[in-house]
Amino acid sequence: MNDQRPIIIIVFIFIIGAVLLTKLFLIQVMDDSFLKKAERNAIQRVVDHPYRGLVYDRNGKLLVYNNPIFDLMLVPKEFSVSDTTKFLELFGITKEHLIEYYTAARAYSYVKPSTFIKQISTKDFARIQDYLIDYPGLFIMTRSIRSYPNPIASHALGYIGEINSRQLERDSSNYYVQGDYVGLSGMERYYEDELRGVKGVKYKMVNVRGVDKGPFKDGDYDTASVAGHNITSSIDLELQKYGEMLMHGKTGSVVAIEPKTGEILSMISAPFYDPNTLTGAEFSKSYQALNNLETKPLFNRPIMATYPPGSIFKIVQSLIGLQEGVLTPETTFACNKSLVACHNHPSPLNLFGAIRNSCNPYYHQAFRQIINQEVSSNTYKDTEIGLNAWRERVLKFGLGGTLGVDMPNEKKGLVPNSQYYDHYYGNGRWKYSTIYSLSIGQGELLVTPIQMANLAAIFANKGYYYTPHLIKGLDGDSDQIPEDYLIKHDVGVDAHHFDMVQDAMVQALYGTAQRAIIKDIKVAGKTGTAQNPHGEDHSVFIAFAPKDNPKIAIAVYVENAGWGGRAAASTASLMIEKYLRGFSNRPELEKYVIEGKFMN
Amino acid sequence: MREKDININRVDWISVLIYFTLVMLGWFNIYAAVYDGQVDKSIFDFSINSGKQLVWIGTAIGLIVIIMAADHRLFENLAIPIYLIFIGFLLVTPFLGKEINGQRAWFEIGSFRLQPGEFAKFATSLALAKFMERPSFDLSKKTYQLRAFAVLLLPVALIILQPDTGTAMVYFSLLIMFYREGLPQWYFILGFGFIALVLLALGIENNLYLAGAIVVVMGILIMMGKKTPQRIIAFSLIGVGLILFTYSLDFVVSKLPEHQQNRIMVLFNPNLDPLGVGWNVTQSKIAIGSGGLSGKGYLEGTQTKFDFVPEQHTDFIFCTLGEEFGWLGSLVVIALFVTLLTRLVIMAERQKNRFCRIYGYCVVSILMFHFMINIAMTIGLFPVIGIPLPFFSYGGSSLWSFTVLLFIFIKMDSSRALQLGRMA
Repeated sequence: MNDQRPIIIIVFIFIIGAVLLTKLFLIQVMDDSFLKKAERNAIQRVVDHPYRGLVYDRNGKLLVYNNPIFDLMLVPKEFSVSDTTKFLELFGITKEHLIEYYTAARAYSYVKPSTFIKQISTKDFARIQDYLIDYPGLFIMTRSIRSYPNPIASHALGYIGEINSRQLERDSSNYYVQGDYVGLSGMERYYEDELRGVKGVKYKMVNVRGVDKGPFKDGDYDTASVAGHNITSSIDLELQKYGEMLMHGKTGSVVAIEPKTGEILSMISAPFYDPNTLTGAEFSKSYQALNNLETKPLFNRPIMATYPPGSIFKIVQSLIGLQEGVLTPETTFACNKSLVACHNHPSPLNLFGAIRNSCNPYYHQAFRQIINQEVSSNTYKDTEIGLNAWRERVLKFGLGGTLGVDMPNEKKGLVPNSQYYDHYYGNGRWKYSTIYSLSIGQGELLVTPIQMANLAAIFANKGYYYTPHLIKGLDGDSDQIPEDYLIKHDVGVDAHHFDMVQDAMVQALYGTAQRAIIKDIKVAGKTGTAQNPHGEDHSVFIAFAPKDNPKIAIAVYVENAGWGGRAAASTASLMIEKYLRGFSNRPELEKYVIEGKFMN
Repeated sequence: MREKDININRVDWISVLIYFTLVMLGWFNIYAAVYDGQVDKSIFDFSINSGKQLVWIGTAIGLIVIIMAADHRLFENLAIPIYLIFIGFLLVTPFLGKEINGQRAWFEIGSFRLQPGEFAKFATSLALAKFMERPSFDLSKKTYQLRAFAVLLLPVALIILQPDTGTAMVYFSLLIMFYREGLPQWYFILGFGFIALVLLALGIENNLYLAGAIVVVMGILIMMGKKTPQRIIAFSLIGVGLILFTYSLDFVVSKLPEHQQNRIMVLFNPNLDPLGVGWNVTQSKIAIGSGGLSGKGYLEGTQTKFDFVPEQHTDFIFCTLGEEFGWLGSLVVIALFVTLLTRLVIMAERQKNRFCRIYGYCVVSILMFHFMINIAMTIGLFPVIGIPLPFFSYGGSSLWSFTVLLFIFIKMDSSRALQLGRMA
């Protein structure tokens, strides 16, 4: 019987081997979950954040760059301080702070680094750097924040900030993760895809304590980050700076456009803020503070504020009337103040005189010609048809809808159609007498300052415009701008109709805006006064110059500054001179504008 | 006489070759386990474990030379004195030993550390062989059984005092030798039945199922045999006893030291506490499991390299192999062990006297136990017991004791022509 036992023992040995190999086969070959677990264990994916694109002005001067900032990181396990007093002095913190920070870091992880002091300035970094070696467990991590060498054009440039959960949900490309920075307003948001660049990924191996053990597979799977595109903005730094100096302490907008291209030379929203405050560690605090201000400095007025266009709209009415054929330059109307109020001027006037003198009753009568062309014998029906036809023409001037500027949250303004009045009065229950306010740019009409600047460009171009935009080129290449900004929009009014209008605008300055006149530069302009039911009227002025070869078209809004011929016309005039000559030689006018006592 | 004592032609080269292959594979894997790509140290660097292991390998070769050169009767003559010396060592270890991880299993002389429990294996094997060599020693008889168990259990008791349960368990592997030498089969049937019952009782959540199964089995046994009242009563009592046992086991387990309790519980559910007690097994399985069919390549493993597996160069050395060489690497090593063990059985059977055969089976038993339990624990088939993989694991005591254990037998085998035929 014992003779079988050696055989049984050998069989037993083989069974052991077979059992072990079977189990090994099951976990090694059949089950790949262990491989995934091993990768989760030991391979860490580290995102290499790309360098965000820079922004230059139209002359190549830097507007936005990336400033390295330094976070002081702390590893509790390695941290030790021999001389606490010296340590606290060096970092400018109290003992309570140190204990609080350390406890928080400790609670997060004993071996992994956590932020000890956020965003140390370059200056402080230089001071601290040499002493860091004395404190084990502390090291510097470099990041970069947006910086602005000149604290200007904050609304146009916009700001970046940490992505919020709603944006993360909407991100269909799955590019972003929690904690990423993303453009939140202005160009930063509109050109986010161009500016952000491409993230790189590094796979590194870590040991059981999370300590870096070098690249995985010698970095074969790593990808380098690609820096974002640099954007050349159409903004003229000097003009912008000058304009912000003029608008300091006021509320309103300035938009200057190069008529031939639609490039925005300057875009000012007053009051403004220093863009450097909405970066880095200060972001949340500054944002809260700015957001709570009653003057609403974060509000991007040029594209978001809407006002009635006022008298300036009379030019649009004139052009539509001419194109419709219901007006000719010789058409005369009396200044009948029983129709609508007016100021004193010669009467009756032809179209040229009406523009020059901004005669309200003229346009009351002219607009009736445009609206009631007796297409229908029913006066209500006729008004409805006329209004909608007129509206189509107005929309072509870039009013009543977003222009499509390269900034988020552009407002449409309002050009009412028949449905709008039907809603208020009921179909067939309103006629010309209900809507006559539109004739002089009042009533329901609403426009944004940028739409007004665009109007100035249309008048300068004699009938066309390019959508106003802030981008001039990508990586120095001016062809690399969105195609939409290369499309010429025709407003549907023959060029020759503009000749008389332009002449009238030049002459208008002598009547209503003498402050806007510049020696040796032929400026064409038109004042307006946007009625404000809440307080003093808003001062409005649009202009372009030089009249015969327009280089700049501008719209200026100064809120609660009364008549357009004062605040707005003066500001526009100074900006035009500054842009065309590079300097302004009218210290008296400058002083007048800067002091801002327009109501005296 | 002397010249024939070291007759090279009679040495069993197959087992010697397997021995050296395993030692070298072990050495490479020890280097892989401590390898750090950032600190480029050579496998020969004495500041790391692979360099130290090289010293142990060198000295082990010295031991081999001494053993092979010795008189073939030396071990037979010195069997009892050697046994007594190591019993002496084991007696004082719990008092004089250095405390590591709550155990006093090590002797420290200067920077040199020795684990008497490891060496007592071959001493006990020699003593058992000497004790049982007489043809009249019949393991089917109770008196002889008691004597044999006494020789075996003396060192076991002393090692448990250290306390080193893992090493103590190894001694029970010598039951395989007892089996070969005629210990009645029912001992083993009862033994396996008992182990199976324990595992089932611990593994099955609800003991009611197990109790039901016991009732059914006992019922079948009663129906199959003669239905005498005595038999019915006897089987019923056994059934009741077993059921009581299963229910009392949970209570017994709860009285065990916590780390042993945990090791048992983790075997049945490794996800119980993957970051705590389950860590070793979970990480070890991840390391081996991630190796795939052919492994990640030598020195390319991430799990063992970056310290995810504790004790990776000693008890968990198999993880490095499994991760870097995959299933094929595991296959090679397991095949080598199976071949060596089979070879040793064949060699034991060709001995002319009972002393050598018993000793041979002792070697087979001890190696087989280490091989089986060590690999089984790394892949979660057995609770974690801190015992090394023979010839593979890092450590002087372990390498020396296995070398001495094996080569004493190879020496006996090579001089078997000189042995007097004294078979049972």
